[in-house]
Amino acid sequence: MKRIIERIGRFVSLFILEAGGIVLFTFRTLRHLFTPPVDLKLIIQQMLSIGVRSFPVVFITSIFTGMVLALQTYTGFKRFGAETMVGSVVALSMTRELGPVLTGLIVTGRAGAAIAAEIGTMRVTEQIDALETLATNPLKYLVLPRFIAGLLMLPALTVLSDIIGINGGFIVSAGVYNMSSSLYWRRVWDYLEMEDFYNGLIKAGFFGGSMALVCSYKGFYTEGGAEGVGRATTQAVVLSSMIILVSDYFLSAWLF
Amino acid sequence: MIEIKGLYKSFGRKEVLRGVDLTINKGESMVIIGGSGSGKSVLLKHIIGLLRPDKGSVFIDGLDITKLNEKNLYKVRKKFGMLFQGAALFDSLTVWENVSFFLIRHRGISEKKAKEIAIEKLRLVGLVGVEDLLPSELSGGMRKRVALARAIAHEPEILLYDEPTTGLDPIMADAINDLIIDLKNKLNVTSVAITHDMHSAYKIADRIAMLYEGRIIEVGTPDEIRNTSNPVVRQFITGSAKGPIKIEGVTNG
Repeated sequence: MKRIIERIGRFVSLFILEAGGIVLFTFRTLRHLFTPPVDLKLIIQQMLSIGVRSFPVVFITSIFTGMVLALQTYTGFKRFGAETMVGSVVALSMTRELGPVLTGLIVTGRAGAAIAAEIGTMRVTEQIDALETLATNPLKYLVLPRFIAGLLMLPALTVLSDIIGINGGFIVSAGVYNMSSSLYWRRVWDYLEMEDFYNGLIKAGFFGGSMALVCSYKGFYTEGGAEGVGRATTQAVVLSSMIILVSDYFLSAWLF
Repeated sequence: MIEIKGLYKSFGRKEVLRGVDLTINKGESMVIIGGSGSGKSVLLKHIIGLLRPDKGSVFIDGLDITKLNEKNLYKVRKKFGMLFQGAALFDSLTVWENVSFFLIRHRGISEKKAKEIAIEKLRLVGLVGVEDLLPSELSGGMRKRVALARAIAHEPEILLYDEPTTGLDPIMADAINDLIIDLKNKLNVTSVAITHDMHSAYKIADRIAMLYEGRIIEVGTPDEIRNTSNPVVRQFITGSAKGPIKIEGVTNG
């Protein structure tokens, strides 16, 4: 019994330590938003690597998600004669939920892992110390551009994901089930409100910013050589994904 | 001038520095020797404010850098150049971008001019035609030279060397020693090097200090150190496994 309580205690204190660490890290990074000069070149570089280069995987994920949504909805809803609603279901699911969450998870796996590994390697090879000796703040130089890029690019990718997913649904509805294309699109617009779309983008922005910060944090405090970089990368991806899934519920409850 | 007074630092339960006192004069070349894990690197990192002590002070030209806030600490750091053991070149940047990193970020020099300066600094450390390469395309000795060029590019007053010859073959190591002496004569900098390579220590030092069990136990010119009566220093400089220095994890019978 004593051992169990000890274990729980250790877990709780570790959790609080980690949460506090991330909050402090966030605060220390965001403070540099207000200290010029802001290095546009670094931000654009990160927007390319986090955003533009993630597009192919986002494309594949979104189109197949839209397609399978249409497939499942059509066969399911046909049982009670509501198969014409496919367009609405696909559009609402993509914009409110699947666009932001899937994009967030995919970008975490791709770009978040890269952020943690890159910053972690810089830590264990003393490149972060070298930045400090060259009178350059590593939070401002390394973390802030990644945060801004994550914050901006995730919503941008989500817009594309929404559009691609809805078109994926269209391909299956019209191509496989011979639904009339005007009916599909009418159903898409019938129940979709701009609010669904905007709130999805707010979620995406939160996912992007928190993913970049958590992955940078894990990389920044890497210890123990190549093995440490591997460990930090794994933890970064797992933690970021958890944050996305948990915060998704609370953000949805609050926004919608 | 660098003055270190009563410096203490622990990591967890391990006390690494236990009251270090050391003064390094302007224009002097000080070499700190000591065994692996004796805290040499930790001491060096305190001099440039990468670590904060538990107790004690580090004065750089009379200013206690352990009490400075971040902004003022960065200001003091502009006086420093540091060569890291593993070179620590930024691997996403080309050689010339590495060398002129400080100049572009802090002096607002145009890229064209910065590249010219970088090429000139690279020539000073004996490298020609490598400016557009990436660090991953260089050999270990070349990386160290590039790192040295980066450390001196902004003409610092104080140069710190973390194990400058470790991991290099003897000839390349000696070439780096010559380079360090050469730079000292040309640039008239104060320098602090940590090493366990005695050949290098004798060659580049004006004075040598030995760090042992968290304190400086002896300071002297290379000749004084060579003829020391202190048994610990004697054991270290002759490189003998037998003597008062305990090897971690090994018990002497």
